[in-house]
Amino acid sequence: MKMNGARIMLECLKKEGVDTIFGYPGGTVINIYDELFGIKGINHILPRHEQGGTHAADGYARASGKVGVAIATSGPGATNTVTGIATAYMDSVPMVIITGQVPTALIGNDAFQEVDIIGITRSCTKHSFLVRDVNELAGIMKKAFYIARTGRPGPVLVDLPKDVQIAQTEFVYPETVEIRSYKPTVEGHPKQIERAVEMLLASHKPVLYVGGGVILGNAADELTTLARMLIAPVTTTLMGLGAFPGNDRLSLGMPGMHGSYCANMAMTHSDMIVAIGARFDDRVTGKLATFAPHARIIHIDVDPTSIKKNVRVDLPIVGDVKDVLSKMIRQLKKSDEKLKSFVSGISAWDEEINGWKEKHPINYKNSSSIIKPQYVIQKLRELSDDDAIISTDVGQHQMWTAQFFQFNRPRTLLSSGGLGTMGYGLPAAMGAQAAFPGRQVITICGDGGVQMNIQEMATLVQNRLPVKIVILNNNFLGMVRQWQELFFEKRYSQTCLELPIDFIKLAEAYGAKGFRATKPDEVENTIKQGFAHNGPVIMEFMIAREEKVLPMVPAGASLNEMVLNA
Amino acid sequence: MQHTISVLVENEFGVLSRVASLFSGRGFNIDSLTVAPTNEENLSRMTIVTRGDDRILEQINKQLNKLIDVLKVIDFSDGSAVEREMALIKVTAEDESRAEVLRIVDIFRAKIIDVTPKSYTIEATGSPLKIDAILDLLRPLGLKELVRTGAVAIGRGAKGWKG
Repeated sequence: MKMNGARIMLECLKKEGVDTIFGYPGGTVINIYDELFGIKGINHILPRHEQGGTHAADGYARASGKVGVAIATSGPGATNTVTGIATAYMDSVPMVIITGQVPTALIGNDAFQEVDIIGITRSCTKHSFLVRDVNELAGIMKKAFYIARTGRPGPVLVDLPKDVQIAQTEFVYPETVEIRSYKPTVEGHPKQIERAVEMLLASHKPVLYVGGGVILGNAADELTTLARMLIAPVTTTLMGLGAFPGNDRLSLGMPGMHGSYCANMAMTHSDMIVAIGARFDDRVTGKLATFAPHARIIHIDVDPTSIKKNVRVDLPIVGDVKDVLSKMIRQLKKSDEKLKSFVSGISAWDEEINGWKEKHPINYKNSSSIIKPQYVIQKLRELSDDDAIISTDVGQHQMWTAQFFQFNRPRTLLSSGGLGTMGYGLPAAMGAQAAFPGRQVITICGDGGVQMNIQEMATLVQNRLPVKIVILNNNFLGMVRQWQELFFEKRYSQTCLELPIDFIKLAEAYGAKGFRATKPDEVENTIKQGFAHNGPVIMEFMIAREEKVLPMVPAGASLNEMVLNA
Repeated sequence: MQHTISVLVENEFGVLSRVASLFSGRGFNIDSLTVAPTNEENLSRMTIVTRGDDRILEQINKQLNKLIDVLKVIDFSDGSAVEREMALIKVTAEDESRAEVLRIVDIFRAKIIDVTPKSYTIEATGSPLKIDAILDLLRPLGLKELVRTGAVAIGRGAKGWKG
């Protein structure tokens, strides 16, 4: 059947199983919106800003594991998606972004609302396509989804000129996709896996260092099995939180700058680090020269460029983590005798780790007169559903959430780890709620970041997405203030927000509900009221203004040089 | 250490800028870059001369391979390739230096491709080292203008694209 390009694009989305998209109309996508009018099977959510829409598609993808889809018009619509695309790229989130473009004949002429979005996003997309012929459109859409979700996932941008949307052709969706220059390695090399297991069984102080790749690769079960077989401690990065149950006795919590004492000490004293879907980010390693000085390193990753990028690696395994971990488990089962002696020898390491855990657990000093943010996070964990999805913004509240909200399941924490995007939390929660209308979705924000995409309150109310917005209000840009306190002699340059916002009235202005707690004994009730309300809610907590995130490894210091109390 | 890398790419829209922005975005050096279509339809070949330690070169190789449009990366690190470069060189040539220029051109098996009463334009082909050598000799005579193509390389014997 002949269709125009706009319709073909939408039919391709349906063929890919896309049920929800986030988009904003405009001059060069008006034909798409015309075709969308009355279409069945695609739920379109209209954000109030393209950045919000892109983060929502990202949150949808992270929570569900499906490819998130966002649409924006050319020019400013397209540039507004850039932060959302870069956020997804840094955290390897599968997304397809469709941007309108001026008609092909006008490209390069500085036409109205023209921008070279392919050029602008080149370094923050996994790949991008400019569709120049309607006959190529279906094939490109197929490739875009395939590239976005395979290998190391990432955002793919499809730039669709207006005349291509109008041009007609026969719609045929390709059954298969073949890109000869793109063949991601899925299966780990069997010899390398064999060697890795041998190396691992010869060690005495192993640490499984787990990143977001385990969640993206749906390998949490395999990881848990492996850890329990080996009785090996597990430290999960910010992106990896939830890949291994935080309440398991083998869990060390997060490593790195605001990681736990025991995780950082374990990394420093380990003789065997198995990095699984993690990339040795500078926030994790601290000073590279003194990172894990005694450890041999096995690195499992689907992306070869992650391996040996920052640290030396003794044994690399390129492959899908789920495939590699299940093969390691099979190999371990075959090495029964060696495994037994390995496990019986691990108690000394276990004791050493428990010593560190007891010496400096992640902790804070609670107060009866002023609300401590950590207390709010603990209460939220206590009162929320087991399968609640949490998103965060970026800053102190993000680190407190990582430290005190125990994540026990994969895909329950959505947070901008790589790019560190303030304003991510609220729209990401919106996307997650669209993916799971029946689950509890909570976004934990600071009073700074929440204002960066606060307009999406309207989208929540309009679409009946009952996201619970928690604002830890210290009237500061708290993380930068903390750095200023510790490293810049308390010169609080431009980090005090000064004007107090009445977030309760703001919630009401959008047609939502607001609750505020100013004293510790109001915290529990505020959370209960917020959770009980059947719609989007702001819960505002007036917290201790100069509370710090601790422990902290100062930038450029070694992991064992933690500031524990300051 | 200098390395010559051949990159086979799909002849797609924007592929050169993907490769170029990979180098600039990650702080890798490009000493020279040439690109043109190959005998296979839809396939272009780039020759990139770059530099860096082993760790950086490994990253360059991996990052190039990661680009969707890149079909194959061949690193000619170990002298396994024949390299050639062409230079067009305009030199001052008046009075007694005219004969000297001709002698140099003859020794290097180069060609004069344009003559005026005051200058010669020379076409020289050879390994990048040979081009450097002829330039060293011509420079004192008055080098007015220089255009170099950058190296192109092809593997010796079985080394290379499809053996």
